[in-house]
Amino acid sequence: MNSQKIAEKPKSKNLIEGATGDWEVIIGLEVHAQVASNSKLFSGSSTGFGAPPNSHVSLVDAAMPGMLPVINRECVAQAIRTGLGLKAQINNRSVFDRKNYFYPDLPQGYQISQYKQPIVGEGAVEISVDGETLTVGVERLHLEQDAGKSLHDQHPDYSYVDLNRSGVALMEIVSKPDLRSSKQAQAYVTKLRSILRYLGTSDGDMDKGNLRADVNVSVRKPGDKLGTRCEIKNVNSIRFIGQAIEYEARRQIDIIEDGGTIDQETRLFDAVKGETRSMRSKEEAHDYRYFPDPDLLPLEFSNAYVEELKSKLPELPDEKRARFIKSFGLSAYDADVLVSERSSADYFEKVAEGRDGKVAANWVINELFGRLNKETKAIEDSPVSAAQLGAIVDLIGSNAISGKIAKDLFEIVWTEGGDPADIVEKRGLKQVTDTGAIEKAVDAIIAANPEKVEQAKAKPSMLGWFVGQVMKSTGGKANPAAVNDILKAKLGI
Amino acid sequence: MTDLTKLTMAEARDGLAKKTFTALELTDAFLGAIEKANPALNAYVLPTPDHARVQAKDSDKRIASGKARPLEGLPIGNKDLFCTRGIRTTACSKILGEFSPTYESTVGQNLWDAGAVMLGKLNNDEFAMGSSNETSAFGNVVSPWRRKGKDGKLATDKLVPGGSSGGSSAAVAASLCLAATATDTGGSIRQPAALTGTVGIKPTYGRCSRWGIVAFASSLDQAGPIAKTVRDSAIMLKAMASHDPKDTTSVDAPVPDYEAVLGKGVKGLRVGIPREYRVEGMSPEIQKLWDEGIAWLKSAGATIHDISLPHTKYALPAYYIVAPAECSSNLARYDGMRYGIRVNGGNLIDTYENTRAEGFGKEVRRRILIGTYVLSAGYYDAYYLKAQKVRTLIKRDFDEAWNKVDVVLTPTTPSPAFAFGEKTGDPLAMYLEDIFTVTVNMAGLPGMSVPGGLSSEGTPLGLQLIGKPFDEETLFRTAQVIEDAAGRLPVPEAWWMKG
Repeated sequence: MNSQKIAEKPKSKNLIEGATGDWEVIIGLEVHAQVASNSKLFSGSSTGFGAPPNSHVSLVDAAMPGMLPVINRECVAQAIRTGLGLKAQINNRSVFDRKNYFYPDLPQGYQISQYKQPIVGEGAVEISVDGETLTVGVERLHLEQDAGKSLHDQHPDYSYVDLNRSGVALMEIVSKPDLRSSKQAQAYVTKLRSILRYLGTSDGDMDKGNLRADVNVSVRKPGDKLGTRCEIKNVNSIRFIGQAIEYEARRQIDIIEDGGTIDQETRLFDAVKGETRSMRSKEEAHDYRYFPDPDLLPLEFSNAYVEELKSKLPELPDEKRARFIKSFGLSAYDADVLVSERSSADYFEKVAEGRDGKVAANWVINELFGRLNKETKAIEDSPVSAAQLGAIVDLIGSNAISGKIAKDLFEIVWTEGGDPADIVEKRGLKQVTDTGAIEKAVDAIIAANPEKVEQAKAKPSMLGWFVGQVMKSTGGKANPAAVNDILKAKLGI
Repeated sequence: MTDLTKLTMAEARDGLAKKTFTALELTDAFLGAIEKANPALNAYVLPTPDHARVQAKDSDKRIASGKARPLEGLPIGNKDLFCTRGIRTTACSKILGEFSPTYESTVGQNLWDAGAVMLGKLNNDEFAMGSSNETSAFGNVVSPWRRKGKDGKLATDKLVPGGSSGGSSAAVAASLCLAATATDTGGSIRQPAALTGTVGIKPTYGRCSRWGIVAFASSLDQAGPIAKTVRDSAIMLKAMASHDPKDTTSVDAPVPDYEAVLGKGVKGLRVGIPREYRVEGMSPEIQKLWDEGIAWLKSAGATIHDISLPHTKYALPAYYIVAPAECSSNLARYDGMRYGIRVNGGNLIDTYENTRAEGFGKEVRRRILIGTYVLSAGYYDAYYLKAQKVRTLIKRDFDEAWNKVDVVLTPTTPSPAFAFGEKTGDPLAMYLEDIFTVTVNMAGLPGMSVPGGLSSEGTPLGLQLIGKPFDEETLFRTAQVIEDAAGRLPVPEAWWMKG
């Protein structure tokens, strides 16, 4: 027969299997990040979270007659810093527009946003998923006002409005449709959040709604033209972003495979049911009647100003990661874990400074993070300081304590605090390296176990049992390497 | 004792300084006149006598202790578009109900800080949209002027005081205040000044802060005074203008002493006469007035130059796209949610619709509809964007003109004052009232109307001066020459005080 085995094309892990074959999912994200600033985008009101309703509302925020917006320069600086962090084009001239629609939590009857001329243009975010590195394009970043909050559960007949958020500055960061899986989308948001937190331009706190995403999803057969997209509004956790995409992609595939077509629409994600639901169709979409806000002059700043901000930018995750690998000899994985939060990276660096970087990384990642996770504590609240952990690493390095004792010591420092070196001294945890003392202990064990001695001669792996016994008799303080050497010599193996 | 209300602001200032009378006496004279005249003229929508007397007494104390400020004890009226702390402010619209601001407009605050006394809130077209003060929720303002019949007697037809600052112009003309605040988006200071024989100046966009003034069209709105004389308007503008960090479109430039330039004359000044302003249908009387103005300036030593402002004819249509577009957005905040009236409906949309249908008058609704239309998807480029391009061209016309001339002279309006109802049925005829004034707003330039004479029917006519950006000084000294040549118009016979 002329049957010939056709080499199977390696299947991309990002494709979704359908009844009619594989599907590709195309994802683009619009991330709304609250700008870290003391006051709102166009008024002096506080941006503080958790205040009583309507206590952070100025005349401008409430859109009283004759009130005018005045740009908050710090919010502009934060947007520029973010643009620089995204390696993006910074536009020295941008324009604020009005996006007109009626809603009770929008006092002006329009949101001041940037439509045609945003402050930041194209940029890029690098992500790695399953060991694969991918560059995600950023289309633009613009500044806009947040709306207030409608409360529908306070009264049987009325809705209430809280304007504390009204006018708070948001950065809308729009990605290109470069993402191909829920995992990639999650990695993108995680990375973006990390960059914002490094820059200090947004706290990225998703629980407080300070970072949320509109997720655009469409599906197609690989190589086909783009399908019709649906936009899932206001998804407020990284886990939900993943769930929403998975659900939405499957929903669209099922519709198309059943012979249907996708309607372009806005949907919302129901976190309880784990599904997306239609909010409004394209026909019901608002006509926002964008036009340049005549109350505000175009936003202009010099290159020198941008350069000045650039010169003061902190080191960002990608650069830090590269440096950790190079200077501390860390694995890519360890470096990733350590740089994900600036506070973790800073902590690690304090521990690693002047010490063995790999040992420091091990202790930070395995012992410290493990313990913090167990007690759901943030690194800022760690009972063991970087200096204390560094001292523990020093004690290991100088052979003062064994690795096992070090773990006990970590536990003591965690629960009781104190100077690790003092603790070792006072509690007699110091490793025994005196060969005479170790020999004595070895001799005692050998003398007490003649049968085992015979067995060990035939089976050298029995050595482990002897090591355990010696360590036990010395309270774990004997230097394991010395115990090994002496045992080997005495047992003749 | 002389009638104190007949004094000019400068005369009253002198009288107070010489202690010929007190600020309280002066204020009481005006309050008395308002009480008698307002039922007939309806210039004030809210007289504030108690407030005025408190301010006047304070002024008297300051005068006595030698601490008088520039406008100390001088009673003025305040257009209802200016927010007044603790005093009802409605923009003469039902939708604001009994709204009482917790803040004072920057222009108002500047005046009170200079010692001025507020007599009350003045009537205007609703949200400053109108040219005859017929759209106010508080009813028409009646001009103190009346036509003279062939027999030389006053006719009984009620004339409009112009708009939208009709309360301001009528109050000043009828001596119900020394001067008044006003605003001008397309001619709302200059046109009413022209129709009432008063002086009105709209300064350069950015000269006065817009903070605390109810917005109509943000890129065109500008505050200015209406006063009896050129000097009085100079005194007022000096006090009203300032750089305000709360309005980013206000300009950080020193405010000159406008009074100081009034006697400087126009010798060697180059005056431009734009040929495009000789519009079809302009009354011969207006043409005659214009020629007279040219002759006065010429004999005072100015040189006269024909100039061309080729895009003038597009100004009015473009204005009636830009202004409604901005108003449709600016007025979105009047939604019944936070202040003003609310007319509840079965759901949110009904509440919005009921509130705005009940709260806004016909002209305001018309402009919101036009504005919403020109900004909507698919029409934006054809209307709004094109209108903005026209605006750029109009500015360019003037930029070129300033290479040849220092000031431009035109009539303020195409016709004299008209009677009520004469133009209300035809919005386009009403919009034509602004034909000579809107270009100035579109270009952001200073413009001033100064009385030039009377029509054959005995009603006032105004001449308009247009200046370079922030060159109000040239307008003042040119206007002074016109005022000196034309003479102050006879104060209208006080028919409204009779009976």
